Amino acid sequence: MVNAMRTLELNNVSIRYMTGDFKDIGIKEYLIRKIKGNYHVKEFWADRNITFALEQGDMLGIIGTNGAGKSTLLKAISGIMVPTEGYVKTMGSVAALLELASGFDGELTVRENTYLRGAMLGYTRKFMDEKYNEIISFAELSDFEERPFKQLSSGMKSRLAFSVASLVQPDILILDEVLSVGDGSFREKSERKMHEIIENGATTILVTHMLEQVRTMCNKVLWLHKGKQMAFGDDVQGICDQYNEFLSTCSR
Amino acid sequence: MIQKLKQNQFLFEELVKRDFKTKYKGTLLGMIWSILSPLLMLLVMRLVFTRFFAYSTEHYTIYLFCGTLVFNYFNESTSQGMEVLVGNASIFTKVNVPKYLFLFSKNTQTLINFGLTLGVFVVFCILDNIIFTWRWVLLVFPVFCLLLFNLGIGMILSALYVFFRDMKYLWTIMTQLIMYMSAIFYTIDRYGQTAQYLFLLNPIYLFIRYFRKIVIDMQIPSVWFHLLMAADTILAFCIGCFMYKKYNHKFLYYV
Repeated sequence: MVNAMRTLELNNVSIRYMTGDFKDIGIKEYLIRKIKGNYHVKEFWADRNITFALEQGDMLGIIGTNGAGKSTLLKAISGIMVPTEGYVKTMGSVAALLELASGFDGELTVRENTYLRGAMLGYTRKFMDEKYNEIISFAELSDFEERPFKQLSSGMKSRLAFSVASLVQPDILILDEVLSVGDGSFREKSERKMHEIIENGATTILVTHMLEQVRTMCNKVLWLHKGKQMAFGDDVQGICDQYNEFLSTCSR
Repeated sequence: MIQKLKQNQFLFEELVKRDFKTKYKGTLLGMIWSILSPLLMLLVMRLVFTRFFAYSTEHYTIYLFCGTLVFNYFNESTSQGMEVLVGNASIFTKVNVPKYLFLFSKNTQTLINFGLTLGVFVVFCILDNIIFTWRWVLLVFPVFCLLLFNLGIGMILSALYVFFRDMKYLWTIMTQLIMYMSAIFYTIDRYGQTAQYLFLLNPIYLFIRYFRKIVIDMQIPSVWFHLLMAADTILAFCIGCFMYKKYNHKFLYYV
């Protein structure tokens, strides 16, 4: 009965980065070191043995300091990365809203960028034609449609990014710091939109540095520290308290 | 691959549009450059090499044009294709999209450029009193092979370029070498028999020679010649696909 509802499962997921290999040193240095025999690659585990599972309707908050491996883990869940060890099992479609403002082309107009982004997120052209006006008015960019994207302010860029992305109706939704977009009034609007999506029954994963958001919105929480899984469970308040305590001991 | 491409058709179209717009943004002549630059190159070569080869070679302008037509398409596709992964890193590290789409989009652009130049080529053939025969239909074969060959080499180069940024400089030298080894502006009959066979190892020379055989000599190359071209094409394309498949999830770490 539990298995039927399960939408996401991570089993012993570990992700390794390599540093100091030939991407940093170029082909000449690589060959020289290879010949001399002092070619070394440093390993760096961004995530180590992460195991958890989510069910339909769950809202997971991932907390942790910078460099805890949160973004890397999200990339593994969204299929951009493949775990070095372990496996990720997803049921249904995954939509990841990662670092929203990047990946736009500064030379293209707002309209062109909107379509390009829609295409990247897997929408159809028909869908974009229907929703285009809605997206632009939600992003409050009606006067800027034919402007080159590079002329927009960074707030405007992330507003557009959010507006395009929030049309998704995925089974698993990944949000990386997206609720902190724009100014006060837009943030309120975007939070409302987010709740709408969540209420439609998606499994949601939220990464944020605002602990309050996790406390009020999430029913499960995962705490990562330097790639290690410190805690996972539905005792949201308890784990958040622990994390808070941990933060204050760190800064002392 | 084709099936998947259909699913991603919308993204593919948008990428093609983007590549076109960003390429000609801010230029006065825009796409006219695509025709103008090969013509200028042709003009210079015609002027420089006329003294050496024009008297002994029939239809020397067309002979030259066959060479530059094929070589420019190859050069453009591979040199620009090399940078597609590194250039689009900000997209594929954030969204899970098939990576070959970036290369396909770039190659669509170069294919259209090739098509435009081919149009000019036909005009030149008319002006130079070339007789058009039914054999021209067969030119579909080298064009199709060249398209796949360029895609294959593009995949190999763009994958390598992610790992070795030196590739950019190496490839500039390589294309220079290939240009001089492809008999674009000279004829090979002064070389000995063995040397002439060695030219057949160069795929670009094969494509150029195919064009010349059909257009100037009005002959159909032998079956073996076709097979050799097909083999080169399939080999390049398969190695390219293999590299994209093998390193698909590793590119991320190096961009």
